[in-house]
Amino acid sequence: MLKNISFLAVGLFFGITMTKSEAISWYRILEMFRFESFHMYGIIGVAVAASALIIWSMKRSGMKTLDGKLVAIQTLELNVKRHLLAGSIFGLGWALIGSCPGPIYVLIGNGYSILLLVLVGALAGTLAYGALGQKLPH
Amino acid sequence: MENLFVLAIPGLDGISQPWHWSVSGLALALIVFLLTWMGRKFGISSSFETMCTVAGAGKRISYFNTDIKDKTWLIFLVIGTIGGGFIASEFLASPEPVAISSSTIDFLGGVGLSYPDSDASGRGFIPTDLFNWNSWAGIVAVLIGGFLVGFGARYGRGCTSGHAITGLAHLQLPSLLTVIGFFIGGLITTHLVFPWLLKLLSTSTI
Repeated sequence: MLKNISFLAVGLFFGITMTKSEAISWYRILEMFRFESFHMYGIIGVAVAASALIIWSMKRSGMKTLDGKLVAIQTLELNVKRHLLAGSIFGLGWALIGSCPGPIYVLIGNGYSILLLVLVGALAGTLAYGALGQKLPH
Repeated sequence: MENLFVLAIPGLDGISQPWHWSVSGLALALIVFLLTWMGRKFGISSSFETMCTVAGAGKRISYFNTDIKDKTWLIFLVIGTIGGGFIASEFLASPEPVAISSSTIDFLGGVGLSYPDSDASGRGFIPTDLFNWNSWAGIVAVLIGGFLVGFGARYGRGCTSGHAITGLAHLQLPSLLTVIGFFIGGLITTHLVFPWLLKLLSTSTI
């Protein structure tokens, strides 16, 4: 249970961060895709650079995770067509609703009930992939 | 008591201002560190899959017929994420709407959306003028948007948190290609679809 509460705490911090960073704003995403502000690029750039440094040092120092394992990531088999196609489908929707999966939850917490409908759509999309997705290039 | 308030208010004021992008980026990196240290991978969209499994989709679709015991942490992360949004809006709300650039505001004006009034709450988070429960056109738009996000995230095995942050931090080429895809799709919607769709939605009476 303590473990679950610590994940809940990380979630709380994530929800606060996404709100205060304004990354949950549809208008910020529009502005990003119109290249009219550095804000979102700054957030993602710093997040990636700092995370890369952290992951690199965790790997290099041989640091063990709390469950005693070395830091590693499950690698995906390289398939250029699939990654670009999947990413593009996601991107079409991301720009339209201005929120990727994290912000969907954060915005529900912020009181935007219409995001419940976005979540319904996302679950339907997930179901559709599970049912039919195998026919796409993998 | 009064002294306490004097001490507490400036502190709250500080985090109630919108956070600078560098602070936000570092906060996200701290989350990546915490989840990695806790033996997990930061990836929010997997929760959609878990929710489908919990709802019993595995009976009909074998893809969802998986063991979800090791996904409990993700459910707690999601509950926390919703709670974090609630705390931020109740106790740490910014005094001003999101300060987007004037050229974006001009573009919005051109398609019939005023800023920040198109978000009924005035926060500048979601254009509730377009996306609300009374507009059929808006309802269709958010369902399609959600569908594409859900479908694309599963097909690509991850979303912004899994690929654009974690995957890139692990220097994964598949993640880079997926992120390039995010931008191809996002640019198509923004530059080819929005100029007419937003106008249509903002004038729609259905």
